[in-house]
Order: sequence, then C-alpha cells, then structure tokens
Amino acid sequence: MTRQGASLVKLILRNKEFEVKPGMTLLSSLQKINVLPESVVATRDSEMILEDEILKDGDVVKLIAVISGG
Amino acid sequence: MKCRKCGEKASVNMRQHKLALCKEHYLEWVPEQTERFIEKYEMFSHDEKILVAVSGGKDSLSLWDILIRLGYQADGLYIGLGIDAGINYSGESHRLADKFANEHNLKLHVVDIEKEYGQPISVLSETSHRGYGKPCAVCGLTKRHVMNRIARDLGYDVLATGHNLDDEAAVLFGNTLSWSGDYLLRQGPVLPSTEGLARKVKPLCRFYEREMTAYALLRGIEYIYEECPFAEGSTSIYYKEVLNQLENDRPGAKLTFYLRFLEARQSGLFAERNTSALHLHPCTNCGQPTSAPGLCSFCRMMEKSKSPV
Repeated sequence: MTRQGASLVKLILRNKEFEVKPGMTLLSSLQKINVLPESVVATRDSEMILEDEILKDGDVVKLIAVISGG
Repeated sequence: MKCRKCGEKASVNMRQHKLALCKEHYLEWVPEQTERFIEKYEMFSHDEKILVAVSGGKDSLSLWDILIRLGYQADGLYIGLGIDAGINYSGESHRLADKFANEHNLKLHVVDIEKEYGQPISVLSETSHRGYGKPCAVCGLTKRHVMNRIARDLGYDVLATGHNLDDEAAVLFGNTLSWSGDYLLRQGPVLPSTEGLARKVKPLCRFYEREMTAYALLRGIEYIYEECPFAEGSTSIYYKEVLNQLENDRPGAKLTFYLRFLEARQSGLFAERNTSALHLHPCTNCGQPTSAPGLCSFCRMMEKSKSPV
C-alpha cells in the first residue's frame, strides 16, 4: 500500500502490484521484484520503455507477460 | 537507447541481435525478416493460397497481419474449442479473431467443435479418457485434424501457424531431454505436404515471443491476453521459463539452440529410419492419412467418446 506523500514507482504485472523507489532503471526494478526482463514487455503511459529507462516518482509501469502456450 | 536506423528513442531492444529499433523501424523490420524466412525455408510463394490458423492470440493475429502487409493471399481459420472456465475464454478469442478479420476485410473460416462433433474439448477429453485429466492432448489432436481437413477440403496450398522461437525452442528442449528422435526429425520451419496432409509452415519461428508481443502492441492489435486456463502449470510454459533464465544470462542462447539444431538436422545428424515403416494409409472413416491401417487417432478418439463407460 502506498504511504501518503511517499515517492514510489508502481509496477503492475497481471493482478499483482509492486512498488520500488524512483531513480532506478527499469532493469534494476525488474531485478528487485524478481521478474525476468525476457518474460515481459514494459509500458508507461501506453508507450513501450526499455531496460535503461530511469523510472520517476509517480510512474506506473504496466508489465505485459509474453509467455503463452500449453 | 537509440534506434540503430534513425537515432530516435528505441522501443524494442533485441540483445541477441545487438539491435535496438524505434516503433517505425521495428514495424518495418518484422515483415522484412518474415519475408526473408519465408524465402529462406521455401515456405510458399505469392501465387499460393494460405490458411492461417488464428487463435485470437498475439502470435497468430500478428502473423496474419504480417502476411497481409506482405501482399500474400491469406485467409484465417478459427477453431472454437468451447473453453469457458469462468472467463469466456473461447468466446473472447473468437470475438477478437472476428474483429481483426472484419477490420481488415479478411475471410475467417470458423469451426465450432461442439457444433461439429457434439462435445466441447473439455467434455471430449473426459469421454475419450485421453490426456490424464488435462484436455491439452485432445485439444492438440483435434486442432491438427480440423486444420488439415479445412486446408484440404477448401483447396489451400499451405497451412501457416504462429509458432514463435520460444514455442519451437521449448518443444526442442523437451524432445532433447527425452531424446525423442522421431519428433526431432520432424521439427522445423516447414513440414512438407504428403498425400492427404497439407504443407505446414511457421513463418515466425525465428522471432522471440517477446518480439511478437512488441509487434502486436505497436501495431495496436487487440489480442487475448488471458492464458488458456488449461495451460497453467504446463510443461511447455515451464520449459519456456527455464530457457528465458538461460537467455537472461546468455543473450542469444535460445536462438543459437534452435538454429544450431536446424543446421545439425540439415547435415544429417538425425537420420531417417526405415522409410517403409512410415507408410501412411487413409483413415477408413475420414480419409485423412494415418500411420496404421484402420481409423486415425482422431476418429478412434471420437469412437471412444461415444461408447458407454
């Protein structure tokens, strides 16, 4: 849960939400929450972003799972 | 990260190719590469009629989109499996396949398994006692049977599926772990046609699954994001995760694994067994080729599903 006034970045993967500190790259953020970069595509404000993108306070990053099949 | 072609901000980075591209150049690059693979593996020509197996997922809809952009004559085939699982999975997949076809003014053939054969996949799986409680084996067998029947009956030259490199690498990984020689021999971008069996091709077999997701998103293709409810915990997904861990540590590992396999097969590493043993017979019920005289696997399954328990 987000604390009042705290600066955070939110990452959403399917129905799970994660929070990390701003100022980290997307790659570091994914490592922090144990998500393999190869298994997701990241979007912010509906634009795709890459691993070297630095995430800012208030960013909401949607992680789209890429693996499918049975 | 900058686009290698124009220097603008990149949208997609492919570490295995050491290549980053912006949206515009990525959407040019994917069809160019697909055309290259179609020619390299001699999949089909512009004169041939292609039937694309469309599930409503990112890969098959993207494949259809790419083939149309490249100017091929490609119609779609959607197979309604009757999977609901509380999320209307098949209904939503059908809606998205229909939507894509309508928006692009394309022809979509639809086969509803329950209407055609009297039972949806999940019931067929129970009544036929195949698949050890999971309908995936029945689903695969049914889809292969229907795809071939429609391609053959409607006069298509080739059947195209949206298998990507991760799909192919996962299958290869599984078959290598069990040294399934017969399956290894048959795996490849093209399965040539034989009497009664349509040629099958996989034009996306050298694109990573992540690249196809990026293509669908950047093209604005609406696809079914939910996983098939029966695929949860499947072996193929587990193999994909293992291979992605490897890829993360060694960029290009998946691509090398698949391409070196194709080269090894080409050079004769997997020798054909006694070819007379592979002679096919027409099924006595549906006429599709089968390895043993009598009924094919699909018709045997249907017979079993009708008989009392």
